[in-house]
Amino acid sequence: MDPIKQDGSAAVNGRKRAMELLAKASTEELQVGWQAIEPKPEVHAVRGPESGLVMVRGRIGGGGDAFNLGEATVSRATVRLGSGEIGHGQLLGNDRERARLAAVFDALRQRPEHQQAVDALVDAVESRVAAEDRKRAEQTAATRVDFFTMVRGDD
Amino acid sequence: MYVAVKGGETAIANAHRLLADRRRGDRSLPAVSIDQIVAQLGLAVDRVMAEASLYDRELAALAVRQARGDMIEAIFILRAYRTTLPRFGLSEPVDTGRMKIERRVSATYKDLPGGQLLGATFDYTHRLLDPSLLTDEPVADPVRKHADESTMMRVSDILAGEGLIEADGRLPEDDVPGDLTREPLEFPLNRDLRLQALARGDEGFLLALAYSTQRGYARTHPFVGEVRIGDVEVELDMPELGFAVSLGRIQVTECQMVNQFKGSAKNPPQFTRGYGLVFGQSERKAMAMSLVDRALRAEEFGEDIVAPAQDEEFVISHSDNVQATGFVEHLKLPHYVDFQAELDLVRRMRAEYDAKSGAEKNSGVREAAE
Repeated sequence: MDPIKQDGSAAVNGRKRAMELLAKASTEELQVGWQAIEPKPEVHAVRGPESGLVMVRGRIGGGGDAFNLGEATVSRATVRLGSGEIGHGQLLGNDRERARLAAVFDALRQRPEHQQAVDALVDAVESRVAAEDRKRAEQTAATRVDFFTMVRGDD
Repeated sequence: MYVAVKGGETAIANAHRLLADRRRGDRSLPAVSIDQIVAQLGLAVDRVMAEASLYDRELAALAVRQARGDMIEAIFILRAYRTTLPRFGLSEPVDTGRMKIERRVSATYKDLPGGQLLGATFDYTHRLLDPSLLTDEPVADPVRKHADESTMMRVSDILAGEGLIEADGRLPEDDVPGDLTREPLEFPLNRDLRLQALARGDEGFLLALAYSTQRGYARTHPFVGEVRIGDVEVELDMPELGFAVSLGRIQVTECQMVNQFKGSAKNPPQFTRGYGLVFGQSERKAMAMSLVDRALRAEEFGEDIVAPAQDEEFVISHSDNVQATGFVEHLKLPHYVDFQAELDLVRRMRAEYDAKSGAEKNSGVREAAE
């Protein structure tokens, strides 16, 4: 059985969070993160990197049963470190190199000596995404309508 | 019978070379980049993604550039490309209730929780050509205000609280969502397949049908309960890990159309609904989709089917602009042999007609003479 399934929910949540933020990391962020990894591990490709499709589903009425909305391009990769850890990377779009690097970091995060470096990268991505989200939310908030009522007549 | 005719290779090759030249246009002007198309012609890119049924902004922009801005040609190219890719799986259904909202308006509730957020909209502009866009004048940064980042409830959930609106669509218990890219359509369809077809349907066609319902051809008394635009996470279950992970976000537009009551012996009167969900930012398409979705539910509600927008086979069979353009445009390809056969036939009919009317004329002349 995959070790992730035995470790309990904290480990699962940590890995899930890291994978999701690695999917949002830019090429540059991943490359900077890679430079911070010393010594560089041996990395073997297990699957991919390859591009394909995922059928994106919606829900009827927003919360009802599922329907197929349309496909999205996805790139994914699976790698194995020289020390045996398996890493998966999967993200929207056609950028196979980003998927491969995401897989490498997913594997590295399972090595105690690299976990801190990977988490630093993941945290940096999280703050960048949060800042971008906040900026967009604030721009949208400025377009919120404040209704007021015109009082007509004396009574 | 097919008769093979050779020839034209050189003409075709030269025509394609000429196309490449005309696509590039005046070489003294800089070429438009894919990034520029994504950033500055974003709604064209979104339409191509929606109707090609493939979410990928770079590829859609490439298709727009390759097609010289011909949207249906771009959609065709992107559809063709998607057939070359393997499918890795099905996403978890996206949760539009947790959307990162960029725009959200309701025509039914003024003071709904979260408020009316206009976002970047053409609404309330005066539709006057802006001469400042003839040049590259600096653009002011958007205003920012404190944002309430809590999730915004859907308007349908507000009405549902009172029991005055039908629930979100349910399919039979054992139903697996149909996929028209895998199996040929067989009418009648379930609502899931209809929504898939409408989501990739031609915006102009759906707009015209939606408009027809407003003008009385299958009137449904619609209100926009809510239109929302924003990003949603796309999650994919990872069997090798035993949990689902987000692959990133996509932008979608969702429309909840609220329509007139339907009551029966079993159900009290309540609002009915039409639903629209489209890739990218496309309010017009999402609204048209929701109106047509509702019109196509006529049979479900025991309504008389009297108008084109209610005719499922008519609507769904003609909503796909790649199929439509293929069949219409194939008429310009060589039909020399077919036409020769028809020409031959009409000549024979004409000869028979002339012979007959000549004979009648002769007999007429004779009668008059008698």
